[in-house]
Amino acid sequence: MTVTGGRFTATGDVVLSVRNLHVTFPSEAGLVKAVRGLSFDLRAGETMAIVGESGSGKSVTSLAIMGLHPRAARISGSITLHGRELVGLSDAQMSSIRGEDLAMIFQDPLSALTPVYTIGDQIVEAIQTHHDVSRAAAWKRAVELLDLVGIPNPQLRVKSFPHEFSGGMRQRAMIAQAIANDPDVIIADEPTTALDVTIQAQVLDVLKTAQVETGAAVILITHDLGVVAGMSDRVTVMYAGRPVEQGSVDDIFYRPRMPYTIGLLGAVPRLDATGSEPLATLQGNPPSVVDLPPGCPFSPRCPLAHAGCRTTEPDLAGVGPDHVAACWESDRITREHLTSADIFPVESAGDVPPPDTTPRTERETVLSLENLSRHYPLMKGAVLRRRVGTVYAVDGIDLDLRRGETLGLVGESGCGKSTTLLEILNLHAPTDGRIVVFGKDTSTLGRREKKTMRRDLQVVFQDPMASLDPRMPIFDIIAEPLGVHGWSKGRTETRVMDLLRTVGLEPGHANRYPQHFSGGQRQRIGIARALALEPELIVLDEPVSALDVSIQAGVINLLEDLKKRLRLSYLFVAHDLAVIRHIADRVAVMYLGKIVEVGDIDEVYSRPSHPYTQALLSAIPIPDPTTERSRTRILLHGDLPSPANPPSGCTFRTRCPIFEGLDPEQRTPCLAAMPPLEVAPDGAPVTLAQALDPAEARPGGEDRPVGRDTPTDHLVACYYARPVKVL
Amino acid sequence: MSVDFRTNEEPEALGGFAQPAAPTSHRLTRGQLVRRRFFRNRGAVIGLVVIGLLVLLALFGSYLLPWQYDQRDLGQYYKPPSGRHLFGTTQAGFDVLARTVRGLGKSLVIGFMVAVIQTTLAALIGSSAAYIGGWYEKAWLWVIDLMLVLPSFFLIAVVSQGGPKGTYAWLLLVVLLAAFGWQLSARVVRSLSMSVKEREYVAAARFMGLSTPRLLVRHIVPNIASMLIVDVCLGVGYAILGEAGLSYFGYGVQAPDTSLGTLIAEGAQSTTIAPWIFLAPAGVLVLLVMSVNALGDGLRDALDPSSMSGGQA
Amino acid sequence: MVRYLLLRVANYAVLLFIAVSLAWVLAQTQLHPRQLFEVRTPPLDPRSIENILRAANVSDQVPLWDRYVTWLRGVFLHWDWGTSPGGGAVGDEIGRRIWVSFRLVTIGWLLGTVLGVALGAWSAVRQYRISDRVVTAIVLILVATPSYVTGEVTKMVATAVNKQVGFQLFLFLGEKSTGTLPGYPLAGLVDRVQHMVLPTLVLTLLGLAGLQRLQRSLMLDALGSDFVRTARAKGLRENRAVMKHALRTALIPTGTYFAFQAATLFVGATYTERIFAFQGMGIYGVDTIATQNINGIVAVTAFGGLCYLVGAILADLMVAFLDPRVRLS
Repeated sequence: MTVTGGRFTATGDVVLSVRNLHVTFPSEAGLVKAVRGLSFDLRAGETMAIVGESGSGKSVTSLAIMGLHPRAARISGSITLHGRELVGLSDAQMSSIRGEDLAMIFQDPLSALTPVYTIGDQIVEAIQTHHDVSRAAAWKRAVELLDLVGIPNPQLRVKSFPHEFSGGMRQRAMIAQAIANDPDVIIADEPTTALDVTIQAQVLDVLKTAQVETGAAVILITHDLGVVAGMSDRVTVMYAGRPVEQGSVDDIFYRPRMPYTIGLLGAVPRLDATGSEPLATLQGNPPSVVDLPPGCPFSPRCPLAHAGCRTTEPDLAGVGPDHVAACWESDRITREHLTSADIFPVESAGDVPPPDTTPRTERETVLSLENLSRHYPLMKGAVLRRRVGTVYAVDGIDLDLRRGETLGLVGESGCGKSTTLLEILNLHAPTDGRIVVFGKDTSTLGRREKKTMRRDLQVVFQDPMASLDPRMPIFDIIAEPLGVHGWSKGRTETRVMDLLRTVGLEPGHANRYPQHFSGGQRQRIGIARALALEPELIVLDEPVSALDVSIQAGVINLLEDLKKRLRLSYLFVAHDLAVIRHIADRVAVMYLGKIVEVGDIDEVYSRPSHPYTQALLSAIPIPDPTTERSRTRILLHGDLPSPANPPSGCTFRTRCPIFEGLDPEQRTPCLAAMPPLEVAPDGAPVTLAQALDPAEARPGGEDRPVGRDTPTDHLVACYYARPVKVL
Repeated sequence: MSVDFRTNEEPEALGGFAQPAAPTSHRLTRGQLVRRRFFRNRGAVIGLVVIGLLVLLALFGSYLLPWQYDQRDLGQYYKPPSGRHLFGTTQAGFDVLARTVRGLGKSLVIGFMVAVIQTTLAALIGSSAAYIGGWYEKAWLWVIDLMLVLPSFFLIAVVSQGGPKGTYAWLLLVVLLAAFGWQLSARVVRSLSMSVKEREYVAAARFMGLSTPRLLVRHIVPNIASMLIVDVCLGVGYAILGEAGLSYFGYGVQAPDTSLGTLIAEGAQSTTIAPWIFLAPAGVLVLLVMSVNALGDGLRDALDPSSMSGGQA
Repeated sequence: MVRYLLLRVANYAVLLFIAVSLAWVLAQTQLHPRQLFEVRTPPLDPRSIENILRAANVSDQVPLWDRYVTWLRGVFLHWDWGTSPGGGAVGDEIGRRIWVSFRLVTIGWLLGTVLGVALGAWSAVRQYRISDRVVTAIVLILVATPSYVTGEVTKMVATAVNKQVGFQLFLFLGEKSTGTLPGYPLAGLVDRVQHMVLPTLVLTLLGLAGLQRLQRSLMLDALGSDFVRTARAKGLRENRAVMKHALRTALIPTGTYFAFQAATLFVGATYTERIFAFQGMGIYGVDTIATQNINGIVAVTAFGGLCYLVGAILADLMVAFLDPRVRLS
């Protein structure tokens, strides 16, 4: 199924109008000024995105509009819906508006649905709260709504409980519930943040359908600029509780006039960008909204800031038709056409040795996985536990990583990428196959050899808060691996100070605890700890996915810089294909415990040959409105099957868009066995439309051409593999 | 009722909002935050003060009070509270206040000893079960189930009835109360340790090559410490009530020792003619247990950042 | 589910058997019924003492293992739990007393549960308001007050009231009056009610205090959860969102607790039985120890353990009934 990325054009009247909204509430640390002076008009059928990082006030805004802010919060300003003032209404009055005219979709679909009622009951409740209809009629409507949002077998699934639904299905049910009463405004607060990319594409598609169906105006709250580019007509950028730039989506993406917006756009790694110029790095962290200093809140991080910025906060001022920005320097930015590269100079990387030009095949292999498998028994029963099945978490993968190389391992949650990583780190014998690190099989290692190997093999985890013991000062944290390997006190001290400088932290902060640092700084501490013993191979488990965009860029740049300077090898596990494109030399795509495509990064991204890789690449939104509007998407059906019960034959066939178009005879090989990883076919990439045309499908097999211009290390596991131009 | 003792949270700068806290320029240390949360809880602070006063009274009461616990005021039998005897006198002319203070001392000693012993047991058994796992863990879980099935009150009474008598008999009581008091805490410690074990910084330490004992001491024990502090505190209340309950039937502290429980049992004989003999130790018991509970609750709320009850700004 | 339950029951049977055996060993080694007879006046001759003890299978001159085998035979082959040193059959005594306990405890337990849940939920919704603080403070006192103190104080107050009104409004000795009742209709019922009011009050307060705390904290968790916010976003008024979504979810653990307690009703309320002179199970346990009744205390322990385990199974069933997440997995 393909969907063209079109948008609903806004021509309606103003439905929701917010004027000078302020939200303040007390907290442990003092008075939180969560929102400071937000104004906008929202027209019927229009989508406005509110973009900002954590603490920018975007979610508080949505709760304030819904009247669901905490009791202690004080709200001033005006919120009018169809001209009716909402600020100051009683709970009874607001309740008649909520769910009827104003609907909301929350971020985490698991906790947002009541666990003890069926999906149907919850939708029926939404209808019956506002309309005097019979239960049977409301129930019928619930089934229709579930059908509309694309839940298969709605008559049956309407009786399911939330925990029986997958994340994507729950979010669909949430949307069904939100549009049950044909609302005029739908507020979607990070509706896809908790979901995988292919599921995100499905849900965003449903959200568009829902908007067309209801003609509602949508407020889309998100931190993902790609989603903004694809979904919205207008954008409000918020920083420290304040709108800093507002305009049409094209204005914001192509003519940003506020340095924060410019930096944010420059900091996002892009799926469609070749090469690896460093990303724009915003120094420092977003400020606390408690006790804000005077002046522009962005001034401490802004290279253009001058004395005036630090004393007086600029108001929003027109910089173009329907385009406002809050910056004293916006005139200069317009005049001099300043871009992120001009405003945010790249961190000086120090002395970088010349790049290693040895061909890949001649470099030393630091890690190789041979037919690696990890199966877990699936246990049941509390008293007498018994084995009822097997989870094929990792099921026979081959990979190799050469010195100085970054291998990206990508896939959706549950594909086995983290298990692979843990298998390597555990240094135990896997269920099947071999793990060879620095030429040594890990299953044969003695205690002492393991310890030596751990010195050269280090890890950086996803959540920088969870991976640092909150009870230790960061000096002790970074020194811990040195202690294990018996470094003397004096040497340890010098080494830790060096490391802090290397990762861009103040050595004077060595005695502080992890909670005194921001997310990005904590991840730098984690990296310093990994570097302490001068390892050769670092495995990174989603090292930047928990960080805000402006922080993430700095960490990515640091990792790239370290790799070049220290000649490290990285095994980089991530779900974000844009980050992988930016940092990796090679990429392996995993699906249900198997590798379906692997190869050089530019080769795989420009000529993806497996339908899953193609779907993944097409599902990722690109922060460029024009590109997004013209893109064609492959939407995969359904969810990832359980690794305890993988489909027979090719494990991807249940969701495969090519398989779907094949006639029964053509399907035979796919049903028979998992296709082996073979050299990807040659030839010019075809378009997506061609790729999905069953008439064009031809099995590869023995007559698959091995061309001269196709590198032989681009491998793909599909009988109908062919390169497709997705980007 | 299990409580989530998450320990690695940052200050909740945004109050009740489901949004991560904004990085604050002047961050509070964990200690400062805990102290602030604790001292805002009036009940807990009062509890702490009351416990302090009661402990001082038990320690130095005999020097401060006009009457000794074993001193008869001849002719003053069954006298109601007065200036001479603040809490009245008993049938034999003993000062009720002096005897209450004497009983309070024994109750406090028993309470603290039992609480410390049972929490230590719970910590050792719970954390080792979680860390070692396998048959060791299964065996302990089974022992815990077994001990919970047995009605501990009767078994303690049986042993107390048949056990040795004399000056140190109350030590046996301490052992028995602790032996039947650690099981539920051990379960909590175990599940807490399991979750700590799953944390990434423990995994990180393991991948660094840290040995198991060092891992336990450096990363696991400190993270369950706050739960243990609360457990000791609530355990004091449990033990004091347990001892008093046994004493009420004569299976607790044996004469010549007295505890709040024995005094209550004694006073209950004459509630119609001399209610003060009963009310004085009963009142002190309730006050003491209330204070310990309030202190424990306050500590838990202060140490557990996810607790709603501590979060009123 | 059935298979799971059967396994569970089998495991519990083993657990109970070992637990009771341990209790038996403890009672046999720690209690000394011989002392009872040795201090009799006029003194009994040692031979007849030995005969009495052997008849009850509690003689310390018989090897412990032999006594154990005899006891097991009695229990498993004849369902005979032995006799007290005085000669009465332990089984009969227990059969009579569990119903006394049941009659004493049931009403107080139900009232305590209902009031505790209601007060807990109510004060959670009103967190930090005066009403919440008052309820919470009272509950804090109640939780710290053991039932014998509550019982004695209740008795003292009732005595004063009786004195004030000039007749015995509250009665507090046993289940019902002995001797002849006054001639008015339903005199028997009125008499029983007069006896029941005070112990029921004590038990209600006891149950209420614990449940209020549990329910309040569960309810606070539920109130802060996302799904309550979703319900509000649908347009449900605060009260309705709280009752239908928060309370329903917060009742799952309470339901478990309730089911568990249902089985323990028969074990009795030892202190309340003593204070109000009910001849129930709880006080029987205490008395058996005082009278060196080895077979009696073992039977009480076994019965208590059985109730605990039945309670645990009921609690499991209750969770499955209340929580679809458990039911369907």
